[in-house]
Amino acid sequence: MFTNTLLMCLREIRRNLLRSGLTVLGIIIGVAAVIVIVTLGAGTTKQVQEEIGKMGSNMLVLSPGGERRMGGAATTSAPFDLADLTAIRREVNALSGATPVNMRPMQVVIGNENRRVNIMGTDNDFSTVRNWKVTEGRLFMPSELKSGKAVCIIGETIKKDMFAGQSPLGATLRIAKVTCNVIGVLEAKGQAMFGGDQDEIIAVPIGMFQRRLSGKPNVDSIYISANSEGEIAEAKAEVEKLMKERRNTGEDGQVDFNVRDMKEVSNMVQSTTGVLTGFLSAIAAVSLLVGGIGIMNIMLVSVTERTREIGIRMAIGATEREVLLQFLVEAAMLSAFGGLAGITLGLLGAAALAPVLNVPFTLQFSTVFTAFAFSAMVGVVFGFMPARRAARLDPIEALRHE
Amino acid sequence: MTTQPHTSTAGPPGDISQMSYAGPVVAFENVYKIYGKGESEVRALDGVSLEINAGDFVAVMGPSGSGKSTCMNILGCLDVPTSGRHLFKGVNVSDLDRDQRALLRRHFLGFVFQGFNLLARTTALENLELPLIYRRIDKKTRREMAMEALRVVGLTGREHHTPAELSGGQQQRVAIARAIVTRPSLLLADEPTGNLDSARSHEIMELLTKFNREQGLTVILVTHEEDIAAFANRRIDFRDGKIQRQTDTRKVG
Ligand SMILES: Nc1ncnc2c1ncn2[C@@H]1O[C@H](COP(=O)(O)OP(=O)(O)OP(=O)(O)O)[C@@H](O)[C@H]1O
Ligand SMILES: [Mg+2]
Repeated sequence: MFTNTLLMCLREIRRNLLRSGLTVLGIIIGVAAVIVIVTLGAGTTKQVQEEIGKMGSNMLVLSPGGERRMGGAATTSAPFDLADLTAIRREVNALSGATPVNMRPMQVVIGNENRRVNIMGTDNDFSTVRNWKVTEGRLFMPSELKSGKAVCIIGETIKKDMFAGQSPLGATLRIAKVTCNVIGVLEAKGQAMFGGDQDEIIAVPIGMFQRRLSGKPNVDSIYISANSEGEIAEAKAEVEKLMKERRNTGEDGQVDFNVRDMKEVSNMVQSTTGVLTGFLSAIAAVSLLVGGIGIMNIMLVSVTERTREIGIRMAIGATEREVLLQFLVEAAMLSAFGGLAGITLGLLGAAALAPVLNVPFTLQFSTVFTAFAFSAMVGVVFGFMPARRAARLDPIEALRHE
Repeated sequence: MTTQPHTSTAGPPGDISQMSYAGPVVAFENVYKIYGKGESEVRALDGVSLEINAGDFVAVMGPSGSGKSTCMNILGCLDVPTSGRHLFKGVNVSDLDRDQRALLRRHFLGFVFQGFNLLARTTALENLELPLIYRRIDKKTRREMAMEALRVVGLTGREHHTPAELSGGQQQRVAIARAIVTRPSLLLADEPTGNLDSARSHEIMELLTKFNREQGLTVILVTHEEDIAAFANRRIDFRDGKIQRQTDTRKVG
C-alpha cells in the first residue's frame, strides 16, 4: 500500500510539475541557503584551524590593553618597549623565542610602482616564533639590528608584483621616505583568514621601524613561542607575572595588557563564525518556514481542487487515515524534492563561492542529510493541516463537488 | 468474470466476510433522514422500511426530491439515518464509525454515478486498479483483474485511455467495470444513464442485467425512465420520502 501511495503521489506531482516547482521554491532557496552557509562556515573554520596550525600552536601574543578583543592594539594602554622584550627573554624559562612585532601599513615605492604595504618591524626571532623562513637572501645581521639599518625582507607577493619575478636582492625600495635595501624574500604563506594576503608584507629591523618610520620607541606586540605545547600555560603565567611587575599593577589593579594563545584565538574565530552561521541559519530557517507555508497553501488548493477525487476514493473505500496519508506523503515528497534541489543548488553555490571568498570547499554529509530530513519534515508539518482537511471531508458532499 | 475469488486481507468489522448470512443483503427498518430543524425541517426519508435480497435487481423511482439519492447514500454506507436501523448483512451500520463504514464499502459495495466519477487524467486501467489497491491486492493480480473487467465491459484496447479520451458511454462502462472489479455484494447506481442517450443507456443496462443474471450481483439503481426501470425485476416508488409502492416486475419464463 505504501509504495502505491508513493507512486500515486509521484504521479500527482509530475502532473502539476510547474506548480509543484513553484511551490517548493521557498524550500529550495531555504535549503540552498543553509547548505551554502554551513558549507562555507565549515570551510572557514577548517581554514582557521589549519592556519593556526601553520603559525605554530605554541605561540602566545602579548599586546597592550586589558580588554580581550581581537585585532589591533588598544591605544589607551601604555605600549611595550624593547626593555620589556629583553626582560621576557631573560626571565621567562618556558619560552623558546620572543620577537617584537610592530605592524603598520605604509606607502612603499619601487621604481614607479607605488602601493600601501604592511610594514613589520621585528627582529630575527620572528622567523622561529612565527615559523616563517627566508627563501632567498638572508635574515638581518646583528649589526643591522643594532644600528637600525635600512634593510628589508620582502614578502612573496611584493616580489612577484613589484619585481616581476626577478631577484629583488640588492634592489632598493622606499618605505615612506626611507630608502631600503632588499636583503631577503620570505616564504609564501598564502591567504590569511578572512582574506588579506599575508605575503604582502615587508619586514624591517625593529630599531629602524622605531627610529625612522614610527619615530617612537614602542613595541606594539610581542610574539612568544613556548618550548612545547605543554608549556603554553606555564609560559603564559610567567609572562603575565613578569608584565604585572613591570607595569606596576598591584594585586587589585586593572591589568592593562593581555597574553593570548592561539587556542583562544582559534576559539574566538570559531565563535565568531558560529554566531554568523547561527544568524544566517536563522534567516534560512525563516525561508524554510515561508516555504512550508507555501506548501500548506498549495496543498489546501490541491485538496479543494481534488475534492471530487477524494469523494471517489472514499466511496471506493479509502479510510480517513489513507486519505490523510496520501496527502501527507505528497506534501512530504514535494518538500523533500525541494530539499534535494536545494541541496544540489546549495552545494553548487558553495563550490562556486568558495574560491571567491578564499574558503576551502568541504562537503559535509551530515549537513546534507540534516537538510534533507528537515525539508521532508517541513512537508509533513505543513502538509498535515490540508491532509487532515481532506481526510475529514464528507464523502457525499465531496462527490457532489464540481 | 472469470477471475479467482480473492481473500481479503483486512476484513471489515465483525469479519462478516467469513459469515454466510442467509437474510436480506440490506434492510431498512423505519428509517428517517431529517435535514434541518423545526420550520425548515425536511424529511428526506420519512419512515422507510425495505428489504433487498441477494440477486435482486431493483429500480428506485420517484419524482425529484422524493428521497431516492438520500436512500442510496444510506444504502451505500456513505451516510447514516437520523433514526431507524440500516442493516447490511445483518449488521447495524448506524453502530459503525466512519472508517468501519469505509471498510464495508471497500469490501462489499460498488458504486456507479450519474457523472461517471472517474479520476481525471488517469487511465481506465488505473481507475480500475484503484479499488483493488485499497483492497491490498498485489500488482500482478490487480492488473489481471482490471484487464478482465475491462474485457467484460467491452473496452479491451482502451486500457490506457484517460476519461477525456473516452465517450460518455465508454466512461460509464469503465465506471461499471470499476464497481464490479472487486466482485461486490451490492451495486448501487444513482441515475447511471442520466447523462447518456438511449442507445448508450441500453448498453449500460444490458451490462448490468448480465452481471445480475450471470453472477447474481445485487443491483439497486435510481432512474426516471420507464424503459430503464423495465430492465429491473423489482421496482420501488418513492414519494415525499416514503415508499409509495413496491412492485415485482419479474418477467415470467
Ligand atoms: N444535505 C442536505 N441538506 C438539506 N436537505 C437535503 C440534503 N440532501 C437532500 N436534501 C433534501 O432531501 C430531499 C430529498 O433529496 P434527494 O436528493 O434524496 O432527492 P432525489 O429523490 O434524489 O431527487 P432527484 O431525482 O432530483 O435526484 C430534498 O428535498 C432535498 O432538498
Ligand atoms: Mg437524486
